[in-house]
Amino acid sequence: MSRIARILVRRLAGIVPVAVIVVGGTFLLLEAAPGDAVDAYLASTGGDRALVEELRRAWGLDAGPLARLWLYISALAHLDLGWSVAFSRPVIEVIGQRIANTLLLMGCSVALAVFVGSLLGVVAGSRPGSAADRALSLGSLALYAVPGFWLGLVLIVVFSVELRWLPGGGFETIASGLTGLARAGDIGRHLALPVAALGSIYLALYLRLMRAGMVEAWRQDFVRAALARGLPRRQIVWKHVARNALLPVITMVGLQAATLLGGSVVVESVFAIPGLGRLAHEAVVQRDTPLLLGVILTGAGLVILANLAVDLLYGWIDPRVGAGAETMA
Amino acid sequence: MATRNPRRFDSFAVSRRQTLAGSAALLAASAWPSRAQAPRRGGRFVVAADSEPRNLNPAIVASNGVFHVASKIVEPLAEAAYGTKDGLAPRLATSWEGAADGLSATFRLRAGVTWHDGKPFSSADVAFSALEVWRKLQNFGRVVFKDLSAVDTPDSATAVFRFAKPTPFQLIRNALPSLTAVVPRHLYEGTDIGANPYNAKPVGTGPFAFAEARPGEYTRLVRNRTYRDAGQPFVDEIIYRVLPDRAAATGALEAGEVHLAAFSQVPLDDLARVGKVPGLQVVTKGYEALTYQLVVEINHRRKELADLRVRRAIAHAIDRDFVVRTVFLGYAQVSDGPVPKNDPQFHAAGLAMPGFDPARANALLDEAGYRRDGRGVRMRLRLLPAPFFGETKAFGAYLRQALGAVGIEAEIVGNDTPGHIKAVYSDHAFDLAVGPPVYRGDPAISTTVLAQGGLPAGVPFTNQGGYRDEAMDALIARAASTLDEATRTELYREFQRKVVADLPFINVAEWGFTSVASRKAHNLDTNPRWPVSNWADVWLEA
Repeated sequence: MSRIARILVRRLAGIVPVAVIVVGGTFLLLEAAPGDAVDAYLASTGGDRALVEELRRAWGLDAGPLARLWLYISALAHLDLGWSVAFSRPVIEVIGQRIANTLLLMGCSVALAVFVGSLLGVVAGSRPGSAADRALSLGSLALYAVPGFWLGLVLIVVFSVELRWLPGGGFETIASGLTGLARAGDIGRHLALPVAALGSIYLALYLRLMRAGMVEAWRQDFVRAALARGLPRRQIVWKHVARNALLPVITMVGLQAATLLGGSVVVESVFAIPGLGRLAHEAVVQRDTPLLLGVILTGAGLVILANLAVDLLYGWIDPRVGAGAETMA
Repeated sequence: MATRNPRRFDSFAVSRRQTLAGSAALLAASAWPSRAQAPRRGGRFVVAADSEPRNLNPAIVASNGVFHVASKIVEPLAEAAYGTKDGLAPRLATSWEGAADGLSATFRLRAGVTWHDGKPFSSADVAFSALEVWRKLQNFGRVVFKDLSAVDTPDSATAVFRFAKPTPFQLIRNALPSLTAVVPRHLYEGTDIGANPYNAKPVGTGPFAFAEARPGEYTRLVRNRTYRDAGQPFVDEIIYRVLPDRAAATGALEAGEVHLAAFSQVPLDDLARVGKVPGLQVVTKGYEALTYQLVVEINHRRKELADLRVRRAIAHAIDRDFVVRTVFLGYAQVSDGPVPKNDPQFHAAGLAMPGFDPARANALLDEAGYRRDGRGVRMRLRLLPAPFFGETKAFGAYLRQALGAVGIEAEIVGNDTPGHIKAVYSDHAFDLAVGPPVYRGDPAISTTVLAQGGLPAGVPFTNQGGYRDEAMDALIARAASTLDEATRTELYREFQRKVVADLPFINVAEWGFTSVASRKAHNLDTNPRWPVSNWADVWLEA
């Protein structure tokens, strides 16, 4: 219990410096980009001089960058994420509408990648060098080399345009009036292709990690001893070899949480899913600094939470981790 | 938007079709008989949208992105039409007339119209929209209605606009389709109009009523059951599905999930393939009053570019036919001046735009004293193509080559949209830029600002190149205050001749957009502003 509490406190305390770096860095980067939210807006409307000035004043862009940064940070200290000019709504509301979609898409994709990836990794690693191992390794690497948007478009062309099995985009059927399980099923059908696209790209990573871990484990003395004792091969593979290879896979899950948030910009655009990735893209295009900061802070928060979960999971799977944490603390 | 000769459009449409791949022309031809079918009531019309306007109030934001959705909900006084008097068809106004002194304009309004919330529509709504919204807040209404001093409402079906200074009625008339969306006074009066929540869920009098919007997903409109035309609108719902990825939007059309992608959402280089997909059609008609112009903007602060000979040389270096053929794949027209050829009301015949002649360009540059150095380079320029359209970027790449052939080395500077707006229109950090200004049916609304001198910095799509010519400014001012239609038109023709002679900027091509649509959808080109009109007559086959 105390061990878990210590991990929690350490991780949560880490959020503050991360937030400061993220806010400062993002603000500077967006400030360095030419043009502001008013320029972005005028591109689609035009307008006269007075209108331009009115907009700058109304959107608080007439103040200098430092004044605006200070305003933002002091609002943030009160947990106020500010106002999105691109959506004419509070940032928290805009993010709130999207975060569930991204989490669902991300969660399903990681789950698919981890589950199928490590399972195939076990198949490949149970007999390293076998035909099955070679075929899986080659196939997974080929998949990993494919760009996400392309895989997404290919899936749309095959399963949506040609076969018409699955919808090619969107989060659910528009104004379908479905509720409960029927609605969940509808969302599932819509998410099948994007999850497959996002998940299968990262699947290769888990497959390779699992396989590599198992190859190493096969050379260990305790495995050799188990073999010598004449234990059934299936038992050795699962209990002794695979279990020891699991740890790097879990580490990867924590690292991947960040990658998947980034990767979802592309997949969310191709499949027209309103999520955080696309929101970040829109925020940059519209030069909506508070919105971009809000999305990035949310993303950072999600990554920190994911890593926290991974840390806790380590302790549960591998007792040695807990001991290490105690001496380190 | 302006008076248009229908025959002109037919020939325009045919000439475009001839440029299409043979099979696409066949498909277009085979679509004709189906137009004779009786319209069917019902169905959900699904439209691809690549962006979502934050403000859906067309009375405040007059832009095609807003109109694409809002024109079905909120109606203007009149809409553009093929082959009618003034090129207009009545909407909320049934007739319009300007006084000879230019100090008033009288609109007779439709009787018995109700807002979507059931309240009656009257002349008070028109007066409120004109005085409080168009004149004060709207991006272009602030120009056109700047001298509007009052709107008299002698009865509920009459609105008389009073102007403090004589205002040409021709201008007001040409502005009717795009700048006169009427919003309900009872929902806006006494509020902060710019921040009114109904800007995001508009209430209007149009054939469709706003139902709901899910940001990032869709906007849904439903049929207005009490719309005045019996049986119209035909479809039950319009759904704007947000599809940010163009390739995915094409896929959605092919999969039958979307009926229409307007405004060239399907890229030109995909049209040949998509046009052959069974069940899909390419529509180029219906965009005639939404003409975009491909223009080379010039920074006259560069001493080389202040020399007319250099500007003429640049114009001579551009092969306009090649641009239309290659950059636009034939879906455009060669331009010969600042008013598009498809506006016969204003377009001046016989403009002497410098034609493609690299030898003449080289001679002019030699004459101006810009000789080639050891590497064959006469001068180095920064070229900023606007990133808004694939075609503006592609033309930027072409222009770089074309200029290279006459010894001008252009370095392409790439920016995203806000970066480009700031660099060109605020910072003037360009030598040449490629811009796509929209022609809005009357040179006074959007065209003369490209040549007028002394405009403040920071205003996009205006003359930010530092060109200033007293005769030009005097001509623009005279035209703006001339009431007589014939004289006014002649002054704008003079303006075009002067632009072509002086080349403050260089017009290269003019283009409308294309729609790709399901063959089950009908009436997709019934007026020259079709994508931004009300779609009451659109219908779907079962």
